Amino acid sequence: MADKSSSNAYWAANIRTIMIYLVVWFVCSFGFGILLRPMLAGIKIGGTDLGFWFAQQGSILVFLVLIFAYAARMNKLDRQHGVEE
Amino acid sequence: MDQFTLNLLVVGATFALYIGIAIWARAGSTAEFYAAGQGVHPVMNGMATGADWMSAASFISMAGIIAFGGYDTSAYLMGWTGGYVLLAMLLAPYLRKFGKFTVPEFIGDRFYSGTARFVAVVCLIIASVTYVIGQMTGVGVAFSRFLEVSNATGLYIGAAIVFAYAVLGGMKGITYTQVAQYVVLIIAYTIPAVFISLQLTGNPIPALGLFSNEVHTGQPLLQTLEGLVTDLGFKSYLNQSDTTLNMFLFTMSLMIGTAGLPHVIVRFFTVPKVSDARSSAGWALVFIALLYLTAPAVAAMARLNLINTIYPQGVAAAPVSMADIEGKEELAWVRNWAKTGLLTFEDKNGDGLVQYVGDKEVNELTVNNDIMVLANPEIANLPGWVIALVAAGGLAAALSTAAGLLMAISSAVSHDLIKGQLNPNISEKNELLAARISMGVAIAVATYLGLNPPGFAAQTVALAFGLAASSIFPALMMGIFSKRINNKGAVAGMLAGLIVTIVYIFLHKGWFFVADTASFSDSAPMLLSIKSTSFGAVGALINFAVAFAVSSATGAPPAKVQDLVESIRVPKGAGAAQSH
Repeated sequence: MADKSSSNAYWAANIRTIMIYLVVWFVCSFGFGILLRPMLAGIKIGGTDLGFWFAQQGSILVFLVLIFAYAARMNKLDRQHGVEE
Repeated sequence: MDQFTLNLLVVGATFALYIGIAIWARAGSTAEFYAAGQGVHPVMNGMATGADWMSAASFISMAGIIAFGGYDTSAYLMGWTGGYVLLAMLLAPYLRKFGKFTVPEFIGDRFYSGTARFVAVVCLIIASVTYVIGQMTGVGVAFSRFLEVSNATGLYIGAAIVFAYAVLGGMKGITYTQVAQYVVLIIAYTIPAVFISLQLTGNPIPALGLFSNEVHTGQPLLQTLEGLVTDLGFKSYLNQSDTTLNMFLFTMSLMIGTAGLPHVIVRFFTVPKVSDARSSAGWALVFIALLYLTAPAVAAMARLNLINTIYPQGVAAAPVSMADIEGKEELAWVRNWAKTGLLTFEDKNGDGLVQYVGDKEVNELTVNNDIMVLANPEIANLPGWVIALVAAGGLAAALSTAAGLLMAISSAVSHDLIKGQLNPNISEKNELLAARISMGVAIAVATYLGLNPPGFAAQTVALAFGLAASSIFPALMMGIFSKRINNKGAVAGMLAGLIVTIVYIFLHKGWFFVADTASFSDSAPMLLSIKSTSFGAVGALINFAVAFAVSSATGAPPAKVQDLVESIRVPKGAGAAQSH
């Protein structure tokens, strides 16, 4: 195992990353798709509004980007902190 | 060639493929049986996870639910995909690093408690058995409609196929079969959707067609649909009818339930490295999204086609007559599906016409959610081979999920109960035999329940998600992200979340699903507007709160357990599975 201080820094960086990504996850699904939909009602798309699009398609696309971005970011962090496999 | 022969050929060919893979991918060790030897490529694993996750509910039911439920049912789309973000960031990589075979095993080791492991086993078995029932009934319906055999014969054939590759190959056989099943199911789902999207909007990509203009009216498809459903007195397709609170909690329950379902989590034990577990969750979602981005398009287009079929001259003119339905060639699908009882029509007012309207007293046509996808190619008059393909796709979706669930059940019995608690000194050879026997028994039980589905089969799905969301997900997350949660806290939290959720479901659906013992109903729920299906998220919150409270009142976990948590947090040192 890597030495203690290095793995602590690694874990703190991981937690920070997760927090930021979870905010995006929340805002693009629960936010734009449900809670903030009335605020986005003015933006029209294909016979309905942007909130409907986020609820039915946009959120899924954002989820995809988030997971791959997280995987890439963590691979980089693994190397920086010398904890890769 | 007639439709029946086509169906037989296409379904027969896919089944031959699955059997071939079963023979090729036999398992020789417990590591291969439980975790496919941890040698599955992340993209392949993602595809297998997609097939594992997308059940009869995703393939057959979901588009139908959205077609009749509109915007409110977006909760399914967000909930059943958003859970993968949680899996990728909060669970999968660390559990892969832990490097053992089952979810209860992690809970037992991390919380150094046989009780915790046992509670996890019980949750896993209830959640998985519930799910299997739905898959097996789905297999029966698909067989009886498309292959003209009895429901029972269909089930036996399906069970025999699963038996062949699951018992022989374990996780290894299941994984490679699921890859093939994914390919079958995604082609089967996409091709009719492409045809229909072309017919209605001229756009070959259904996900884009959904937001395009309809060719006949020249106005946006969704706007056309919204106009028709509101003219007929149905609830709006585009606006929210549910309360915001309930929709929020329902979406959240489906998300954390997805992340907590053991048969999904174990898929990430099969990849070679921790970094593969992260990317594999992404690949799984890519393959799932191909279907989930198409589903809302299928839903809206199927609903539009249905209304246009019943009102060929527009909703202001008269609907089709009873005589048309009995006689016209293009309405043969109505007659075919009426035979299954999933579609019914009756001339209540005796005017010889079939009114399809929102007012339940006047409405004369009822269409079950489950037939929208299966009947879609017939409604749109697509060629016979497309219909045969949809039959094979529905079967692939149901069988692949059933196999994954049976795998989770049998490993919980052989690894967590027999090896973990009853006979720790069992040899690898005997454990493998025990795993195969429990798989056989699980298939027999699932087949029996498929033949005699309990009346509450559909409602218990809420129970499966409720259990996973309120007990398993929080326990796993706290086990990884907190070193302070101890054995007492974890057990108290899991039991509190579990019991409160089950009681809330029983209060609304009846104790043990006996309907007349219910004190509340989902149309007038006990707490605010929270339906019993949405309560899993509240149960999870209770679990977290109780676990923190109890843990802080009692001692910290032993140093050995804290070291375990340290070690699963870093990828370095994840080798092959340590089986003991």
